[in-house]
Amino acid sequence: MIEFHLDTRSGVPPYQQIVRQVRHALRLGLVKEGDRLPTVKEVVGTLAVNPNTVLKAYRELEHEGLVAARPGLGTFVTATLADASLAAHGPLREELRRWLAKARLAGLDDESIEALFHATFQAASREASA
Amino acid sequence: MSAPVLRAEGLGRRYGRRWALRDCDLDVPAGHVVGLVGPNGAGKTTLLSVAAGQLAPTTGTVSVLGRAPAASPAHLGRVAFVAQDTPTYASLTVAEHLTLGARLNPRWDAATAADRIARVGLDPSAKAGRLSGGQRAQLALTLGIAKRPDLLILDEPVAALDPLACREFHQGLMEAVADLGMSVLLSSHLVSDLERTCDYVVVLVDSRVQVAGEVEDLLATHHRLTGPRRDGARLPSDQHVVAASHTGRQSTFVVRTREPVLDPAWRVSGLDLEDLVLSYMSAGARDAARPVLEVRR
Amino acid sequence: MIWLAWRQFRLPAAVAAGLLAALAAALAVTGPGIADAWTSGRAACAARGGDCATFAQEFFADHRGGYLTLVVLVLAVPGLIGLFWGAPLVARELEAGTHRLVWNQSVTRTRWLAVKLALVGAAAMAAAGLASLAVGWWSRPVDAAGAADLPRMDPVLFDARGLVPVAFAAFACALGVVAGMVARRTLAAMAVTLAGFALVQLAMPLLVRPHLLPPVVETVTVTRENLASFYAEGPDSPVRLDVKGPSGAWILANETVDAAGRVVPTVPLYLTSGPCSEGDAGGPTAECVGRVGELGFRQRLTYHPAERFWPLQWAEAGVYAALTAGLAGFAFWWLRRRVS
Repeated sequence: MIEFHLDTRSGVPPYQQIVRQVRHALRLGLVKEGDRLPTVKEVVGTLAVNPNTVLKAYRELEHEGLVAARPGLGTFVTATLADASLAAHGPLREELRRWLAKARLAGLDDESIEALFHATFQAASREASA
Repeated sequence: MSAPVLRAEGLGRRYGRRWALRDCDLDVPAGHVVGLVGPNGAGKTTLLSVAAGQLAPTTGTVSVLGRAPAASPAHLGRVAFVAQDTPTYASLTVAEHLTLGARLNPRWDAATAADRIARVGLDPSAKAGRLSGGQRAQLALTLGIAKRPDLLILDEPVAALDPLACREFHQGLMEAVADLGMSVLLSSHLVSDLERTCDYVVVLVDSRVQVAGEVEDLLATHHRLTGPRRDGARLPSDQHVVAASHTGRQSTFVVRTREPVLDPAWRVSGLDLEDLVLSYMSAGARDAARPVLEVRR
Repeated sequence: MIWLAWRQFRLPAAVAAGLLAALAAALAVTGPGIADAWTSGRAACAARGGDCATFAQEFFADHRGGYLTLVVLVLAVPGLIGLFWGAPLVARELEAGTHRLVWNQSVTRTRWLAVKLALVGAAAMAAAGLASLAVGWWSRPVDAAGAADLPRMDPVLFDARGLVPVAFAAFACALGVVAGMVARRTLAAMAVTLAGFALVQLAMPLLVRPHLLPPVVETVTVTRENLASFYAEGPDSPVRLDVKGPSGAWILANETVDAAGRVVPTVPLYLTSGPCSEGDAGGPTAECVGRVGELGFRQRLTYHPAERFWPLQWAEAGVYAALTAGLAGFAFWWLRRRVS
């Protein structure tokens, strides 16, 4: 079963963090269709967050059609995000590795690499959404 | 779930000549975990004590779950109050505290109480006087929860706890909220204690309420504006300035507005709850420190 | 609420019960022997046709120590109750902050205090009543032996017998509770209670009890038979005198008055000259005592007769009951208005 964790300093609202962690797990195939998500009580019992936060996250996931609540039983995964794109992960990871090696050769340290990646990533997604 | 858990109009409480709380207007809807934040001595305990019916207000009116606080035994049963420093009877055992709760509360939920005591690892035969601060807080919380209240009021429940005990306390509290669906009103002088748990905050500084509202709504309507130096009075009228700071060339404002900020001169960023609360706290403290020039008769 | 009140009161109640049991045991062991000694001694002196008054005096002197200790014990019981039961009852809760726990259960403060007060008040009255009964039972022969010297109307004995200890215990308990609520500190409350207890203990016989019923005032002619004392402070000083009151009465005043009814300290007669210069073993001569009357001096007695013991007990118990009710009323008012 998936276990959530929160990063309060990230600036991302807690419910969003939960949504992302579910999507992330779906994408990487860590949870599959039919799996049960932890109950609200279980989540608040470990994260010490407001139950409404968890409810809101689950509602959003439900709205996206990724999970469904079955009264009295729990919330279950009804879709997967891993199917097509999972196959592409391998080659992409290979390419990224080569790129990282190149960046190191060019003298970039970890922080510079991260900054460059983030800046490029954000610029690209802005262009894509514009 | 219809009546507001806490409604106050012009509420004030004075000790001798000192006002611990004044001009307090609040309307907190049910179904929230409400965080009451403010520095020490801001009047949090006074407000909570009035709400719990422990203290009579000097001015104004207050209603809790639609009725005057502690109006009757039945109403007392609907509100649980865990006072500061979580008092317990030192000479009574944990089990005897549960008996106390069972004898004194008609809605007592013995199963929940026993279950909670077992889960937090309290020895039923231990005297309360020998428990650690965290264990005592858990015992007091259990007494509050097993009463099956519609509103649970907690006054600085984690102030004396170490971080681990504090986390465990919040976990237990949130589990109970998820389970029983009660409203919660808890105070702290640290925003970080409340950040994860509260979806409604009331900021109290120097005996006055500075801001109150749903966290999400507050975060959506507050912005930090950074840009070339400018006088706060020249901001658009819909932008209420909460806090302002200036350097030689730059001004930073925290503003509250429901409208989008259109001026391209500003770099607009969001605030987290802690930034937001601290802005109000420093604004409140500045108002309090400013000499009062009004004429006194 | 009764469960909690009892659970909190269990230990002090057990301590008190233990002490009372020890007292009762000690009295039960020694009491019958003393009673036998008294009965057989009386029978012996009556058989001899001798003077039983002398035997009674000796008997009283023999048991005086233990007897007075027990009297003091009964007098102290209400004070101890006020100190150790009354004062901590609410003060301890306020001190430890536990009132903030218990006032948030589904029980009103008024009920909380009512149950506590009723339980501890009833226990206080029972404890004082039992102590007074047990000591009274043990003391009966000594009471009888000492009736002439120390009647039960005497202020020292009066407070230790009958109803008064019970009523006083209720009062001391209420006093302790109120002191605790106002002072909010157990130790301070105990000090205040002790001071109040001592004050009332003194004020009651000195200032209040004489006026509970109108005393009997009687003016009598001085005779050799009723004369109690007849003395002068020096060879040249005039004579002072006292007369005997009715048996067992509580004498409030024993004053000499002149023909006009004014109170005078002395009679103008001297032990060095005149009719009173000579006397025999029975005191002054009949001529001397006769002169007192001829000069117009008589003796005025103000007293409560022995048969007023129970009326006065009821009246004083009533005063304590009223004071207790007043304190309890104040406690409820204070609880609602001032304590938080």
